[in-house]
Amino acid sequence: MKSVNSHQELLKILPHDDILQQCMHCGLCLATCPTYDLTKMERSSPRGRIYMIKSVARGEMELSETFAEEMNFCLDCQACETACPAGVKYGRMVETARVVVDESIHRQKYSVKLKRFLLRNIVASRKALKFVSGLLKLYQKSGLQNLLRKTCLLKLVSKKLYEIEKLTPVISDRFSDSNINEIENPDGKSKYKTAFHFGCLMNTMFADINQDTIDVLKSVGCRIITPKDQVCCGSLMGHNGDMEFALKLARKNIDAFLKHDYDFLISNSAGCGAFMKDYAHLLEDDPIYAEKAKIFSSKVKDVMEFLAEHKPELELEPKPEPELITYHDACHLAHAQKITSQPRDVIKSIPGIKYTELDEATWCCGSAGIYNVVRYDDALKQLERKMKNIEKTGAKIVLTGNPGCMGQIKFGAEKFDVNVEVLHPVTLIKKLLS
Amino acid sequence: MFEKKNFTIMNSNTKSKLKSLVGDTNYFDSYEDRLVYSYDGTPTLHQMPEAVLFPQDEEQISQILKLANEEKFAVVPRGAGTGLSGGSVPVENSVVIVLTKWNKILEVDEKNLTVLVQPGVITGILQKEVEKIGLFYPPDPGSLNVCTIGGNVANNAGGLRGLKYGVTKNYVLGVEMVLPNGDLLKTGGKNMKDVAGYNLRDFIVGSEGTLGIITKVLLKIIPKPAKVITLLAYFDKLTDSAQAVSDIIAAHITPSMMEFLDNTTINCIEDYVKIGLPRNSEAILLIEVDGKGSAVDEDSEIIKTILQKNKASLIRTATTESESLQLKTARRTAFSALARKKPTTILEDATVPRSELPIMIEKITQSAKQFDVMIGNFGHAGDGNLHPTALTDERDKKEIEKAHRAFDFIFNEAIKLGGTITGEHGTGLSKKHFLEKLAGIPGVEMMKKIKSVIDENNILNPGKIFTISPRCEGSLPIRREQIKDL
Ligand SMILES: Cc1cc2nc3c(=O)[nH]c(=O)nc-3n(C[C@H](O)[C@H](O)[C@H](O)COP(=O)(O)OP(=O)(O)OC[C@H]3O[C@@H](n4cnc5c(N)ncnc54)[C@H](O)[C@@H]3O)c2cc1C
Ligand code: SF4
Ligand code: SF4
Repeated sequence: MKSVNSHQELLKILPHDDILQQCMHCGLCLATCPTYDLTKMERSSPRGRIYMIKSVARGEMELSETFAEEMNFCLDCQACETACPAGVKYGRMVETARVVVDESIHRQKYSVKLKRFLLRNIVASRKALKFVSGLLKLYQKSGLQNLLRKTCLLKLVSKKLYEIEKLTPVISDRFSDSNINEIENPDGKSKYKTAFHFGCLMNTMFADINQDTIDVLKSVGCRIITPKDQVCCGSLMGHNGDMEFALKLARKNIDAFLKHDYDFLISNSAGCGAFMKDYAHLLEDDPIYAEKAKIFSSKVKDVMEFLAEHKPELELEPKPEPELITYHDACHLAHAQKITSQPRDVIKSIPGIKYTELDEATWCCGSAGIYNVVRYDDALKQLERKMKNIEKTGAKIVLTGNPGCMGQIKFGAEKFDVNVEVLHPVTLIKKLLS
Repeated sequence: MFEKKNFTIMNSNTKSKLKSLVGDTNYFDSYEDRLVYSYDGTPTLHQMPEAVLFPQDEEQISQILKLANEEKFAVVPRGAGTGLSGGSVPVENSVVIVLTKWNKILEVDEKNLTVLVQPGVITGILQKEVEKIGLFYPPDPGSLNVCTIGGNVANNAGGLRGLKYGVTKNYVLGVEMVLPNGDLLKTGGKNMKDVAGYNLRDFIVGSEGTLGIITKVLLKIIPKPAKVITLLAYFDKLTDSAQAVSDIIAAHITPSMMEFLDNTTINCIEDYVKIGLPRNSEAILLIEVDGKGSAVDEDSEIIKTILQKNKASLIRTATTESESLQLKTARRTAFSALARKKPTTILEDATVPRSELPIMIEKITQSAKQFDVMIGNFGHAGDGNLHPTALTDERDKKEIEKAHRAFDFIFNEAIKLGGTITGEHGTGLSKKHFLEKLAGIPGVEMMKKIKSVIDENNILNPGKIFTISPRCEGSLPIRREQIKDL
């Protein structure tokens, strides 16, 4: 049986048995798991998944279709890690399990190959991503998109394709890596030495947010280095079973950044920030990079985490329109980086703001990396729940700190007809800079 | 290599009958599904069921039980699986009936102050719902965000507020359940007084899924207390904290909760929640008083004086509702947070008369030293109910052995002080060996007789609470492992 190899492999990757043993199956994580909430089945709960992973790793269970299905049904939102008092590292387990699933019996599967090809060759390669994005831009600008959307041509081909197409974000007119100078100096005195990671998706699809981030950072006195030779953080590959490639990217980034002198590496994308903070862990056994990764990761800060510490230095005009604002926690901020109070602190300190809490703010919106594309139907159920909660607040603006969530909630607003604008917090702040 | 482990006892004919009873989409017998219903919250216990069923209505449950009597397989009811005595861990040749999808609140009767719920309703969700309209359902086990009302009733669950408000049984007005022979029993109702015949309702509460499968529960709710004050007291000496508890009780004050946490537990919780708990204190007490305005203030002042007299090094008062909630939430994670130190946390449920608390706490500390095991201690001190928890690793057999010896010692000390070893977690599998010592031989005999009348073929959650020995010399072993066990 082929799977025998995989068990050994899984054991080899999971450093030692302790990480598997840690879960005492108390079940306290069940209430926060979005997939368990849907099915009420133990197999789609964190506790159930951990038990299955444990059994596979110990060679007691086959690496079956059901196992693969449950590993991929998981959103990897890590809400269960936040809920677990015992400190179980669920994210690492499920990601390792995904590697094994991808490498084993399901290797032949066309979809895995395609996913990997796309992630490796398009997302990770700035040139290719820009090329594809350029095409998308052309498609969006040329009116072809409107034509396709209006005529429902895609719907004829495949209902799902038609729906998924709507998830394609609007491509920025210009990309950040050409907009932003390698060194940006503040107008006044330079107080903080920072560096900036512009992200692959942020770079092409949300370049405006990158510009806003630079402007806001400059306003509080940051000198910002944005190395041109930086690469994608690798999180999408890492979370989707291709850790080998993700680590290659990690090493490249470490080299690109550590050449420079800075105290904080700012990220405005929760997913990238979380993954870069994890380099230290992921590379701990790498003889050459272990030390460097530790230094690299210790300097990474989410932009809102940084701004929360520099609130008094933010000089803002009062917000003129009094619309109600709410905040959605990106999983990779709230659960992976445990950052929940800082963005709220900053947002609430904006003069003239009317803020309201969102029910279940830390519940996953279904975006979850590429989950909303590869598991469209499951993601939609989470999105519907999120949109209902947003609608209930009556807010006209929802702020969130991750490109994936922004795209997903924008899509949800259209799909479920909720009248709400989706912004990155830095964009709102930028608008109010005095 | 998997054939052996995949071994099933139940014949495929029975399985297909079960499948057609509940329907394809509610029947599961894959290795994966059986595996993930092989445990509950109890450490070291696990056993795979033959199949997992999600019946849709009472009639289906009844049919399953009738079939079980005909074909002689066991049925194990299950809520959220957070139990700590192995109550919902499957037994040999059994099917699990999961009730988590029965999660509707059927009626909130504001005039009579009752709620009618399905058994799968999550305790914490019920509480939030009734609190929205100014009402209150007090029983609050640590697992309240996950566990079900059915599981609470079956285990007569307690909680942090047990001191003033009692436990689940004080709130159950009526129960509907399917009996092992398939009949539907309805007992109790909205009347606050009812003496028609034996009190079946109270007898069902705490029956741990051995007498029937609960399908509806009518619960009493009460008005929400107008005022709540939450205090946190730090102690440099363990025994001072225990004496403070005894003194508060002796002063005829009944706080709604009085929770005790020792230094090991404080540190594990603080590692998780990071809310500034005192890492160097030997113990803390989390105390809450509630009720009407001025009485609450008076009580809290008296309590503060007693705490000071017992050398509390600091007394913190929660200033906001969210701070108070944060402290209680932190306390609720105690048991799981202890697993940060060692993965296998074996927890005891020792209860002593409250005047004996200081002695019991000292005995527990002594046992940890004497038997060389790490023990974290916390619990509902106001009820005299402690949860000394051995922090071990099940892969280290010697350590487990030491933990058991320490617990035997604690158990005997508790009995000497007039106590018991299961305050609230039930007897299930993990405590049944102690039952005779606690309930006495006539008591256990009576329980067994009742069980064998209601469940003639011993099909419903057999082997839990006590073992009914078969009339003949015992069934023939089916598996090799069983022979080894004999
Ligand atoms: C972290 C943690 C903290 C806890 N704190 C407390 C506490 O403070 N106080 C306390 O008392 N307990 C506590 N517990 C124990 C446990 O949560 C309770 O016993 C709870 O009542 C179990 O509910 P459940 O839904 O998980 O039931 P399960 O564990 O699934 O089942 C428990 C028992 O009830 C039976 N059962 C379940 N549903 C039904 C039904 N519908 N009909 C008939 N029988 C049924 C099962 O067969 C089993 O015997 C804690 C557990 C954990 C993990
Ligand atoms: S992951 Fe944590 S919370 Fe969930 S069952 Fe395991 S120990 Fe409990
Ligand atoms: S990561 Fe999210 S979806 Fe996956 S098990 Fe944890 S809570 Fe559930």
